[in-house]
Amino acid sequence: MKTPVQFRLNGEDVAAFAESGANLLDVLREVVGDLSVKGGCWQGSCGACTVLIDGAPRLSCLTLAESIAGRSIETAAGLRRGAELHPLQIAFMERFAAQCGYCTSGMLMAAKALLDRNPSPTREDVVEALGGNICRCTGYEPIIQAVLDAASGDRRRRA
Amino acid sequence: MFELRKDIFADERDDNLKEIGQPTQRQDMLGHVTGTSTYYDDHRIAGLLHLKVLRSPHAHARIRSIDDAAAARAPGVKRIIRAADVPVNLNTLLSLIQFGKDDEPSLANDIVRYKGEPILGIVATSERAAIEALGLVRVSYDQLPAVFDVEEALKPGAPSVNATYPKNTFEYHGKYDHQKLRYGDVEAGFAQADVVLEERYQMSPIEHAPVETNGSIAVPDTNGRFVVYTSTQALFFSLDTAAKINAVPSNQLHFIGGTVGGGFGGKVDTMTEPLVILAARLTGAPVRYRFSRHEEMQFGAPRGAERIYVKDGVMRDGRIVARKVRAYFDSGAYTRLSSYAVVKCVAHIPGPYTIPNAHADVYCVFTNRTPATAMRGFGVTALDFALECQMDKLAVAIGMDPIEFRILNAYRDGDMKAHRREAKNCALIECAQVAAEKANWPLREQFRRMSSRIGGGADRTAAGVDRSRAPTPAAPARTAAAAPQRVAYERPAPPAPTPPPARGAPPPPPSPPAGSTHGAPRFSSVFGTRRR
Repeated sequence: MKTPVQFRLNGEDVAAFAESGANLLDVLREVVGDLSVKGGCWQGSCGACTVLIDGAPRLSCLTLAESIAGRSIETAAGLRRGAELHPLQIAFMERFAAQCGYCTSGMLMAAKALLDRNPSPTREDVVEALGGNICRCTGYEPIIQAVLDAASGDRRRRA
Repeated sequence: MFELRKDIFADERDDNLKEIGQPTQRQDMLGHVTGTSTYYDDHRIAGLLHLKVLRSPHAHARIRSIDDAAAARAPGVKRIIRAADVPVNLNTLLSLIQFGKDDEPSLANDIVRYKGEPILGIVATSERAAIEALGLVRVSYDQLPAVFDVEEALKPGAPSVNATYPKNTFEYHGKYDHQKLRYGDVEAGFAQADVVLEERYQMSPIEHAPVETNGSIAVPDTNGRFVVYTSTQALFFSLDTAAKINAVPSNQLHFIGGTVGGGFGGKVDTMTEPLVILAARLTGAPVRYRFSRHEEMQFGAPRGAERIYVKDGVMRDGRIVARKVRAYFDSGAYTRLSSYAVVKCVAHIPGPYTIPNAHADVYCVFTNRTPATAMRGFGVTALDFALECQMDKLAVAIGMDPIEFRILNAYRDGDMKAHRREAKNCALIECAQVAAEKANWPLREQFRRMSSRIGGGADRTAAGVDRSRAPTPAAPARTAAAAPQRVAYERPAPPAPTPPPARGAPPPPPSPPAGSTHGAPRFSSVFGTRRR
């Protein structure tokens, strides 16, 4: 049994047929084809699949695909504008805030949700906002620093 | 914060470096921050089937019967894969380098030896259909006694875990049940020591927990080959292993990998590729085999458990005169890489310290636990944990500053190591000095002046002991016997290792760098002095 679902994905209208009971993660990756969203646990504990639903960070693996009809989804694939990177992407690159890169999409989206509602977060705000996202490579500190850099606009492009 | 200390060994280094000391961007970083790096599962493949395996609920059991008739009829099921379907159903990873005997089936034949061992595979049109069909398989078991502790596994009468190694120990060189190190006379060292301390250390298994779980996809190609997208950390290793188990020439397999979502050693065991290729061969369709998070955490191979006994003899002037290590590596039910971890461990004993009498016995032991594998320095990591805890306890026992104690005993260039190789390119003393400086940890003058160069800046026996600066022990060291018991020796103590050069004099001033651009004995790889 499949259900038609329409929603906005990174500003574009999308229509998809979702398997009954399918989660948003599988529909985004396997039906729509947005492979920037990653699955790490499929049970809501790692944060890798974090997307924004109407601006709020949500775990796509625990979101019933049929529940997002008419809503606006943002993923890491939609962060940059053409060739221009989002300040968070630049800061993550410059702070070496990714090693294997698998958690990065979810980290970026959790951080974007924070900066969109609070452009000047404290370190504690950043730690709180990223608290649901697991990284096994970098040790978190470069990620926290990258988010703070992006917030303060302290971004020095490589010469 | 990155800091390059060019003042240390400045005269021994080429300084025409182009990359070292300069930040550089990773080639894959742009892909990571834009979500476009291609991991093994980032391929959209039409008609993809899904493989899941039935795992043993018991740590040790004989399989009496398997009834998969209902599963075979379940919706979406395309194929059941049984042990008899696996062309070469016995393998060991390091057989590729002729190290060890084949001891592990891809699917259990008659006995399961750890909780989670794969028994049977189901290929279905969706992961969900495969999982639901697994629930319809009926297996009856006769449970067998199990053993979960390395020392219990070595006792007479312990359950035999691994049919290939019935005594529960890996076999080295076709006949030895452990690896040894013998150097000097460790018992003579203990007899001479002012303080003897023996402690037990152990480490539990540790799961790598990569955010991307282990997995792979096999896609039949039109030319009879199979394209395999995989999360492996060891592409060609996995390719050859998968070729062996499937009994196909390796040129029938085209492995594509390279972007790994976290590995840390947990993706070298080729846990998914052989079966996913077999599934694709048996169905003629592309198949994915992806670990769930539960499978990754519970059955993905962890860093193995280790138990380490360390017995040291130390003089009140700070010199360690004897070190004896007995260690057990828990390999789990099959070999994987623990056999090699033991070799690394023994190569690292007695740690980075010049100790005239060293002795070690290290065992690779089979138990009914999840097979263990590589993880970040495996073989050395837990040993270093044990040795450095022991170093702190020894320093307390003799009333010496723990950093000065390490500096006093650290390898210096020209020292003879327990493996009968001369120490070269040493730098532990300088590392300890810089660490102390960064931590505002006061070191006495003679310890600040010591160096890793030949001679080291001071005679170890003359360094002296300042008890006022040492941490106060909560209780006297328990084995700090006033007078260690003397024992009789059946053989004379061997001659001292290569006599160290006189250490009374301060080190000669460094000779000025040669005019050549390649005047760097310590760091140059051009002239091969870095490693022997």
